[in-house]
Amino acid sequence: MTMQSTAPRPRTQVNIVGLEKADYRGAPSTLCQGCGHNSISSQIIAACYELGIVPENVLKFSGIGCSSKSPTYFLNRSFGFNGLHGRMPSLATGAMFGDRSLAAIGVSGDGDSASIGMGQFKHVMRRNLPLVYIIENNGVYGLTKGQFSATAEPGLSLKGQGTNPYMPIDIAWEAVVGNATFVARSFAGDPKQVKELLKAALSHRGIAVLDIISPCVTFNNKDDSMHSYAWGREHEVALHEFSYVPPRDDIMIEYEEGEVIDVTMHDGSRVILKKLEQDYNPTDRGTAIRVLEEANAKNWLLTGLIYINTEVPSLLDIYNLPDTPLNRLSENVLRPGPETIEKVNALMF
Amino acid sequence: MSAVQTLAQTDLSTPAETIVNDFSITVGTVNGSGSQTSNLTLLRALFKMGIPVSGKNLFPSNIQGLPTWYTIRVSKEGYLARRASSEIVVAMNPDTFAQDLASLVPGGALFYPDDIKQAITRSDVIAYSMPVKALVKQSDAPSNLRDYVSNMVYVGVLAQMFGIELDKIFQALDFHFKSKQKPIELNYGLITQAANWAAENLEKRDPYYVQPMDATAGYIMADGNTAAALGAIYGGVHFAAWYPITPASSLAESLVQYLPMLRKEPETGKNTYAVIQAEDELAAIGMCVGAGWAGLRAMTSTSGPGLSLMTEYAGLAYYAEVPVVIWDIQRVGPSTGLPTRTSQGDINTAYFMGHGDTQQIVLLPGSVTECFEFGWRAFDLAERLQTPVFVLSDLDFGMNQWMTRPFEYPPIPMDRGKVLREEDLEKLAGQWARYLDVDGDGIPYRTIPGNRHPSSAYFTRGTGHDENARYTESAEVWERVMNRLRKKFETARTLLPKPVSETMDGANFGIIAFGSTEPAIQEARHYLAQAGHKSDFLRLRALPFTEEVKDFLSSHARIYVVEMNRDGQLHQLLKIEFADQCVEMISLAHLDGLPLTARWVEAAIKAKEVNEL
Repeated sequence: MTMQSTAPRPRTQVNIVGLEKADYRGAPSTLCQGCGHNSISSQIIAACYELGIVPENVLKFSGIGCSSKSPTYFLNRSFGFNGLHGRMPSLATGAMFGDRSLAAIGVSGDGDSASIGMGQFKHVMRRNLPLVYIIENNGVYGLTKGQFSATAEPGLSLKGQGTNPYMPIDIAWEAVVGNATFVARSFAGDPKQVKELLKAALSHRGIAVLDIISPCVTFNNKDDSMHSYAWGREHEVALHEFSYVPPRDDIMIEYEEGEVIDVTMHDGSRVILKKLEQDYNPTDRGTAIRVLEEANAKNWLLTGLIYINTEVPSLLDIYNLPDTPLNRLSENVLRPGPETIEKVNALMF
Repeated sequence: MSAVQTLAQTDLSTPAETIVNDFSITVGTVNGSGSQTSNLTLLRALFKMGIPVSGKNLFPSNIQGLPTWYTIRVSKEGYLARRASSEIVVAMNPDTFAQDLASLVPGGALFYPDDIKQAITRSDVIAYSMPVKALVKQSDAPSNLRDYVSNMVYVGVLAQMFGIELDKIFQALDFHFKSKQKPIELNYGLITQAANWAAENLEKRDPYYVQPMDATAGYIMADGNTAAALGAIYGGVHFAAWYPITPASSLAESLVQYLPMLRKEPETGKNTYAVIQAEDELAAIGMCVGAGWAGLRAMTSTSGPGLSLMTEYAGLAYYAEVPVVIWDIQRVGPSTGLPTRTSQGDINTAYFMGHGDTQQIVLLPGSVTECFEFGWRAFDLAERLQTPVFVLSDLDFGMNQWMTRPFEYPPIPMDRGKVLREEDLEKLAGQWARYLDVDGDGIPYRTIPGNRHPSSAYFTRGTGHDENARYTESAEVWERVMNRLRKKFETARTLLPKPVSETMDGANFGIIAFGSTEPAIQEARHYLAQAGHKSDFLRLRALPFTEEVKDFLSSHARIYVVEMNRDGQLHQLLKIEFADQCVEMISLAHLDGLPLTARWVEAAIKAKEVNEL
C-alpha cells in the first residue's frame, strides 16, 4: 500500500527474519483504554515477532464486534478480511485453500462465536482448519453498548439490562467436545501465558481455539463479574506452568521425573507443561472435559492448555493438493486440454 | 431378437390414419419405484433413433410413495416444449389412474397393468392392459429386484406397439448401467419378454408410430446441472462449497464426479481443486467469498431458500469487490414452496441481492449448452469485474435431459482480471491502492493473499473504506466509492453476453424472454405466425440489460415479456430501466411450477393480438 516506505531506516533490534517489532504492528487501536483485546493484540505482535513469522505469510480474519475490529491493530503487512457477524470461520476456510503455506489468525468474540456464529464455530472445529481461533470473551456485547452475551453467567446484572437469567455457554468446553485439536483458555490479565499459548497455537497444524477472558472495561468489569479483571486475578487457576520452545532451540530442560509433560508440535517446536498443584495430561479428552466441569463447579478461571491432539490431519492436508499454491496454478493446469472436450461430449448420451 | 422381427409380427395396417413421430407419452408411476430408469431408457432410445425428443420429470418432494409423472415429447418438427395433454398414457399408479386416464386426448392410447381393476370410464380411448406381475414373475429377476424392474414391462410393450427399436433400447441401457452386464441383461431380458408378449397378445388399435429419422445427429443429451459443472471445470474452478438442496445438488455432485477425471495435475496426480459440503448455505458462500478473495475461482450452487441465506455475504462480496460465482437452480418459492417444480422467480432477488445500494450481475443461460458456456464464462466475468456473478438456471434445465448441441471448448483464454503480482508491485515501487479506479472503467486492481511483496497486503472489510482500503466513515468517500461501483456496473454492460434475437419479416410485435422458456415460445411463434401474428424474439442472456435490449424495445410498438413467475419480474425490471421508452410492454407471467407450453403462450398472445388486428 502507499504508506510503505522503502527508504532504509536505522535498525535497532531485529528478529530471526530481520524484522523489527514495528513491522508487526497495526493501526492504532480505537477500542477503549484498558480493553483486554488491546492486550491480546500486543501479545499477537510479540508472539509473531519472537517466532520470526514473516507477516506476509499470515492471514487475519474476523467477524463483527469489538474483538473483530482488532485485526486492524496488529500485523499491518498481513492480508486481512473482516467479514460478517459470526461467519468468520467459513471465510477463513475458503481463503486458506488459496495458499496452504500461509498461517491464519482469526479473532472473534463471545457474541460472534457463541451466539450468532455458533454453527460455523462448531463446524470449523470438526474440519480442523489450520487456524488460530481466538475468542476474546468478555460476556457482553460492547459495540452495541452492553447487552448480555451467551457466555454471561446467570445472575449477572448489567446497566440497563437487568439480570441475566440464562445458563452460559462454555467456549472451551464446546471446543473440546466439538473435536477441536488444540484448546486453551487464558486471561488477558496474564499476558505472558497468552503469548506462550499463542506461539504454541501458531505451531499447531489444525484448529487452535483460544478462549481468552478479555474484560470489557466499559460494560462488564465489576469486581464480582466473572469476566472482570478483578475476578480473573482472584480466580485464575493455571493447569500448569506453560512454556513454548521454538524448533531451533535445542534446549535441554532438566526436570524431575513426572514433573513435566513435553508435547512435540508439527513444526518441531515443543510445549513444556510444568506440573503445578495437580497432575494434568492435556492429551486426554475425557480428562479435559472433567477438569472443565470441575473448574465450573469451583468457580475457577482455569487457564492453560486444556487439550491437544497432534495426530489429526488438518483440513488442507486431506485434499491431496499440489505443492504449488492453488492460487498460483496457471491456466494450462486449470483448464483441461482441448482434446478432452470430445471425450466429455462422448460421456453424455 | 431384433426389432425388425418383433415389428413384423404386429399387424400395422389396422388404423386408417397413422401419426408418426408427433405425440407425447406420459408415464404415471409411484416415486421410488425405479421408473426413472425406464423413462430415460425410452427417451434415449427415441433420441438414438434420430427423432427429436424431450423428457420432463414431474416429481414430488418425496423419496418413496407419492405419485410422479414423466412426459416424453416426440416431435418430428423439433418442438420439444412440454405439452399439457398426452396421446399416450402409461398408468402404473392406481392412485392417479382416473386422473391419468382423463389427461388422454380423444383417440389416445392407455397402457395399464392388469392388476389395476379400475373402470375405464372413457370410450374414446384405446386401452391396453399389461400382465406386469406375471411377466416379472416369469423373468429371471431375483425377488428383491422385482419391483424395480417391473417398470421395464411398459418399455417393452411400448417398444413393440410403437416401433421403438430394441437395439436402441439396448444402447440406452448400456449407457445407463455403464456397460455393467448384469443389470443390462436383467432389464433388457424383461423388455424383450414384454415386447414378445405384446407382439403375440396385443392388437394395434391406436394410430401412433415412431420411425427413424436423422434429426438428432450433431446433438447430445444432457442435463443443465451436469453441463454447468463441466463448464465450471473448463473454467478452472478451484473451489466449490455447497449445501444439499433440490434441484441444485446434482450440480455439485457432478463437480465431484468429473473433477477427478479432468483436473489432476499431470506430473503429480494432485488435485487442482477442492470441493466442500458446507454446514449450510451461509457457510457455503462464506467459504467461496474467502476463496475468491484468496485468488481462487470459487463457486457455489443452490436454489431459492439457500439463495435467501446467502444474501448477507452477497452484499459483502459486492461491496468488498470479491469475485464469486453463485449458481441458482430456480425452483418455486416463496419459502419451501414447491421444491421439485420449476420457476424463474429469483430474478429480482438475485439482481438486487443485498441490503442498501447493491447491484448484482446475473447470467441467464437459455439452453443446456449455454449452461456449459456460462459455467466457464461466469468466472471470467466475476474476476474481471471483481464481483459476484449469479447464474440463474432452473429445475427444468438442471434436472431434465435435453437434446442439446455438444459442449464447445472455450474459444478464448481465461480472463483472470486485474491482479498485481510481486513483480508488478516491484515495478510500481509498492505504490498502489486497492480500490482506486486507475483505468477509468470503475474496476480497481487487487492483490492476492500469498503475495510476498511487503506492500501487497490490504485489509478487506464490509465497513466503509477509502481507495486504500482504510476504514472511514467519511460521507464524501462513501459517495465516491459507491459511485465508482456504479461505474463498474456500467462497464459490466459492455462485457456481458448479448441477447440473441430472431426476426420475422413484417413482425407485428416482439417477445422478450430468458432461460428455459424458449422452446415453448419458438413453437408458439410458429403457430402464431400461421394465424398471421408475426413476431420478433429477443432472448436475454444477462442482467444488467445491454444496449441491444433498448434497441429491441425502441423498434417495436408492442412487446410481450414471457416468464415463469407470478409478478412478471423481468417485466418489472424492464419497466424500471426503460421507463422512458414508449413501447407497450405486456407481462405474460406463468406460475404453476410446470414447464411452459406453447399453447399457453399462443393463447395468451392471441387473446391480446386479436384486439390489435
